[in-house]
Amino acid sequence: MSTTSSTLPIAKAITAGLRDAMRADDRVLIMGEDVGVLGGVFRVTDGLHAEFGSQRVVDTPLAEAGIVGTAVGLAYRGYRPVVEIQFDGFVFPAFNQITTQVAKMHYRTQGRVSLPIVIRIPHGGGIGAVEHHSESPEALFAHTAGLRILAPATSQDAYWMTRQAIESDDPVIMLEPKRRYWVKGDVDPDHRPELSPWEAAVARPGTDATLLAWGPSLPLALESAEAAAAEGVDLEVIDARSLAPLDLPTVYESVKRTGRLVIVHEAPVLGGLGGEIAARVAEECFSHLEAPVLRVGGYHTPYPPARMEHAYLPDLDRVLDAVDRVLAH
Amino acid sequence: MSAFSTTIPPVADQEPMTQLLAPDGTRTPHEELDAVLAGHSTASPAGAAEGDASATADPGPDLASPERLRGYYRDMVMIRAADLEATSLQRQGQLGLWASALGQEAAQIGAGHAARTQDYLVPTYREHGVAWARGIEPMRLLEMYRGISHCGWDPYELRTHPYMIVLGSQAPHAVGYAMGLQRDGLVGTGDLDSDTAVLALFGDGASSEGEVSESFTFAASFQAPVVFYTQNNQWAISVPTSVQTRVPLAQRSRGWGIPSIRVDGNDVLAVLAAVRSAMDAARAGEGPRFIEAITYRMAAHTTSDDASRYRSSEEEQQWADKDPILRLRRHLAQLDEIDETYVKACEEEAHDLAMRLHHFIHDMPDPDPVAMFDHVYAEPHPVVERDREQYLQYVAQFEDDADSTEGSGATGGGSGR
Repeated sequence: MSTTSSTLPIAKAITAGLRDAMRADDRVLIMGEDVGVLGGVFRVTDGLHAEFGSQRVVDTPLAEAGIVGTAVGLAYRGYRPVVEIQFDGFVFPAFNQITTQVAKMHYRTQGRVSLPIVIRIPHGGGIGAVEHHSESPEALFAHTAGLRILAPATSQDAYWMTRQAIESDDPVIMLEPKRRYWVKGDVDPDHRPELSPWEAAVARPGTDATLLAWGPSLPLALESAEAAAAEGVDLEVIDARSLAPLDLPTVYESVKRTGRLVIVHEAPVLGGLGGEIAARVAEECFSHLEAPVLRVGGYHTPYPPARMEHAYLPDLDRVLDAVDRVLAH
Repeated sequence: MSAFSTTIPPVADQEPMTQLLAPDGTRTPHEELDAVLAGHSTASPAGAAEGDASATADPGPDLASPERLRGYYRDMVMIRAADLEATSLQRQGQLGLWASALGQEAAQIGAGHAARTQDYLVPTYREHGVAWARGIEPMRLLEMYRGISHCGWDPYELRTHPYMIVLGSQAPHAVGYAMGLQRDGLVGTGDLDSDTAVLALFGDGASSEGEVSESFTFAASFQAPVVFYTQNNQWAISVPTSVQTRVPLAQRSRGWGIPSIRVDGNDVLAVLAAVRSAMDAARAGEGPRFIEAITYRMAAHTTSDDASRYRSSEEEQQWADKDPILRLRRHLAQLDEIDETYVKACEEEAHDLAMRLHHFIHDMPDPDPVAMFDHVYAEPHPVVERDREQYLQYVAQFEDDADSTEGSGATGGGSGR
């Protein structure tokens, strides 16, 4: 591998993952708006155009359905396209291609055709952006059979999940935590992790209640656990990592020990993944639960203007408030 | 004089239509397209008009030879018989739906045979003649409309995409495939047996879909070897083409810098020549082309539709007079290259095909529903495995109960883990 163990911001860990994947397999292509000469609006593809050229790092027309749709055709030809959707809110023009074509082509062709496409989406809020730049659409894609979704929260996962998503023969949506892009962490590109990308991880062991989070909410959950610890409450934090499939056995195992679960995500609570997780936990851990499963997330409003987003997004106080409520039972 | 201008007249018929065969079968010479038909632009006859398995000896490069013309006639008779039988099977409750291509046989057989063997075709759900020309058995189409599978053939083996139902969605797939061909070095080498192009098919209704316009943009920007081919059959269910476009569709692509032609879609030779010419230009690296074939959907949109609610029988009769099969037969008769024996042999063969389809469908068992869990993902997936397991456990409860054979209606609709 080209890189050695180092400390990288999440964005650069993804860059390294893309570069190493492209060096390892010349069928890997990058496509999207401004991904070439500019290196992407978040600079995640920085340097790749210079190294691999415009046949492999393709500045496309500004048309998301066309980007994902042509990626389908390239995948039919045996390529492994990595598509960048510039911002979460811009994925919706491609929603048809993703849900009716990318998700269903393998099934439609009875397994004869695979679409190893990666759709990278910088997602989530908290960056003071204008409308459509702060969304968390994971539930819409998790609801669609045929798609896989990864949500890295650390630099190490950002690197390896990028590699593993590209290696997967299934289409994978990579939800990249855009407000954490510049948070640094250790990356070891030389040793493939033992943990599968499709498994959840216990990010912090604890005994009194379980916090489940992913992507941009994981640091918040860890911060909340630290704050609670100062008050003598020992929280376990689980990083879901994969949102489709969800690794729920790891959650069940935790809840059976702690008896309490709080789910934190930026997406609206109504119809969000937290609801699905709560239902499953109720089915599998009913007799172990000491309190109702609580969710902390967005409200049933469109994503608000930036000067209000601090009240919309889960924060330390809202998470700790939910923890207090499950502990009160 | 307005500061705004348009060079396009605001009526939808200001575009010449290229025709090689008049409705009465008369052949009109056309210098450029006649050369294409004569095979002058071809280094090899490979892939031309291969038809189904009954085609044997090399028929030579002339795409309009009497032998080939009789072949196109037979193809159109066969596919029309299969189409009528499919409608009948739907009426008998054997198919959930059927989308008839009656009247579009020349537009489809011509386009299907214009593609070379190595080319990739990307159809909608009404391309039964194209499928026939690519060697897809009609049984595979009927299976899909019966609800046995979503696509009964191998897209790689037959170099034909699945039938696409969300209209326009297939257009960017065609362009992406063509972009892959460019990267594979299969464009513009000068070898007609390996240089490859993609034929993207869609209808006049789908021309309004955004993905079609986006595909024009991608194809033009990257000069991808793709030919967009619209069968303008005048109706998108109940909505006439005039609602889809204020200008002739053929003119639309020119705004993208994509050269285009309008041809008579009920004229198998015009279609064949135009599509062959465009595909060869695309494979040579000259970029995309667009063809509008004017034809008519003689049946309703599907077996669920009632065309009498929105169009007149006079209109239908006018188009019946332009029937593509009759037209080719008249032309062959003028050439003195068809006789009653051949016509009768085609009819008998078509009848046999219809009977085979009838028995095939009537004798077809339903699949085991557990197959619904197959191929959701290429790699193992715990949620699908768990759902399959729960379904099987649910069904197993009833296996000892001789009175209950339903096995459906599982509560809860599956379960993730």
